[in-house]
Amino acid sequence: MDNGQRGDYAIETRGLNLWYGDFQALIDVDLEVKRGIITSMIGPSGCGKTTLLRTCNRIIERLGYVRTTGSVYVLGHDIFGDDVELVQVRKQVGMVFQRPNPLPISIRDNVLFGFRLHEARTRKVSAAEENDVLESSLRQVLLWDTVKDRLNRPATGLSLEEQQKLCIARLLPVKPEVLLMDEPCSALDPAGTEAVEEMIWQLRGDYTILIVTHNMAQARRASDECVFMLLGRIIEHGRTEELFLAPENPKTADYIEGRYG
Amino acid sequence: MAWYVDRAAQVFVFVGGISAIVFIAGIFVFITKEGLDFVLGPLSLGEFFTSIEWRPTSNNPTYGALALIVGTASVTGFAMLLSVPLSLGAALFIAEFATGKTRETLKILVEMLAAIPSVVWGFVGMSIMHPLIIRVFDVPLGLGVLNAGLILGLMAAPIMTTIAEDALKAVPDTYREAAEALGATRWEVIVKVVVPASRNGLLAAVLLGVGRGFGETMAVLMASGHAINLPTSVFDSVRALTATIAAELGDTVQGGNHWGSLFTLGILLFIVTFVINLTADIVVRGIRKK
Repeated sequence: MDNGQRGDYAIETRGLNLWYGDFQALIDVDLEVKRGIITSMIGPSGCGKTTLLRTCNRIIERLGYVRTTGSVYVLGHDIFGDDVELVQVRKQVGMVFQRPNPLPISIRDNVLFGFRLHEARTRKVSAAEENDVLESSLRQVLLWDTVKDRLNRPATGLSLEEQQKLCIARLLPVKPEVLLMDEPCSALDPAGTEAVEEMIWQLRGDYTILIVTHNMAQARRASDECVFMLLGRIIEHGRTEELFLAPENPKTADYIEGRYG
Repeated sequence: MAWYVDRAAQVFVFVGGISAIVFIAGIFVFITKEGLDFVLGPLSLGEFFTSIEWRPTSNNPTYGALALIVGTASVTGFAMLLSVPLSLGAALFIAEFATGKTRETLKILVEMLAAIPSVVWGFVGMSIMHPLIIRVFDVPLGLGVLNAGLILGLMAAPIMTTIAEDALKAVPDTYREAAEALGATRWEVIVKVVVPASRNGLLAAVLLGVGRGFGETMAVLMASGHAINLPTSVFDSVRALTATIAAELGDTVQGGNHWGSLFTLGILLFIVTFVINLTADIVVRGIRKK
């Protein structure tokens, strides 16, 4: 029903409030994330950026003591609506976690986990099709050449960098439109960070990417738009270079210049 | 001064730790010593494993343990049929679905269940299950495989539930989160991620339950009917290895053939439970390595 106006944005929140028990972690958040670009979220620890990210696929509800008001639209659909299927939301919105979390199964089964989950609900999938999906997903994250000879080995044996790439690869067969990334490089060494960043940059355009980062340099070099959050509120949202060069809000300037955080 | 305390504590803990090994070895040596003369002397292994004639007090004694072995196996098997699905289900519910107060209450109740003495279970078998089985199934006797199996199943369930729950809880939450974020429903998470990841722990739980079933004596003695018999239905009475030892050992001449034959049953039980527990242990170790 809202498709007309809301469709311009991949993610849109309106008056979003979120409480953990009595503690309010998000305060009246209005966010618009444009399609097809990389938007980064920065801010000091505890400012609510991870909470906001985790609200966008409702994985935050796993905690049980979370209460929200307001609305979140993903691709024009209110994900808190009564007619929304959580499975569909999770299919459209892929998530990458802070620590790589491959499942304790083979590399192949990891990449195909979501694919089998969703496709097997409706039809039979041939082995040839699975192999195609497997190869193209791993190629997109620049991992194919490294792992093609050990697809049946446990994914937990890979390096952290490879694991994180694998965790991104397993989202792709489900054909999500939005990828949420929660500090995807924080567990990696500088070389791994660079490799994963480069890979994320290659995904730009095909996917809308919302990425939380602690690392301002990373936000600066690897995002189109940047959101600065503080104490549960969005303070500033703009094009990344403008936000870093000429922040409108003095709080943003203070943070960027390292006066707190 | 502190040095002495430290040293004393070290020795104390070391003795405590090593005593388990000493006791196990001691029990094994003692049982073997008592039984070995008989095993190497008058016992015919062929008779022991193939005959159902257990007549150690006859003028012409025979020592066929087949009925006892089948008795223990049938009761344990029946008990596992009941308690494996029950305990795994309970463990899944406690670990994956129950939250807060429900979870805590259930855990405490399961632990309390494990603390009920086996003679009380035997009493339940004799005084409640026995007439109930007669009434419900219209059979002449309610003491047998069904009764003992039910009682034993309920006895083995708490330990299996506790260990299985530990195994499920040991699955890192990040696995569940990863699968849920990929769009798996709660059941899909359990079936495709949690259970495969805790497979070894669940198997160990089952094996320890089997070990518990094999070794249980009093409840089985009271609920099984204690008749030497190859069962053809679940209502038939049987006699278990453990129950035989418990019932007969007091009436034997120490060092005699009957005494020796009972210790032979003991050796058999010891070997079986040892193998089961060892397997469970190796299986559990398998998880940790991964």
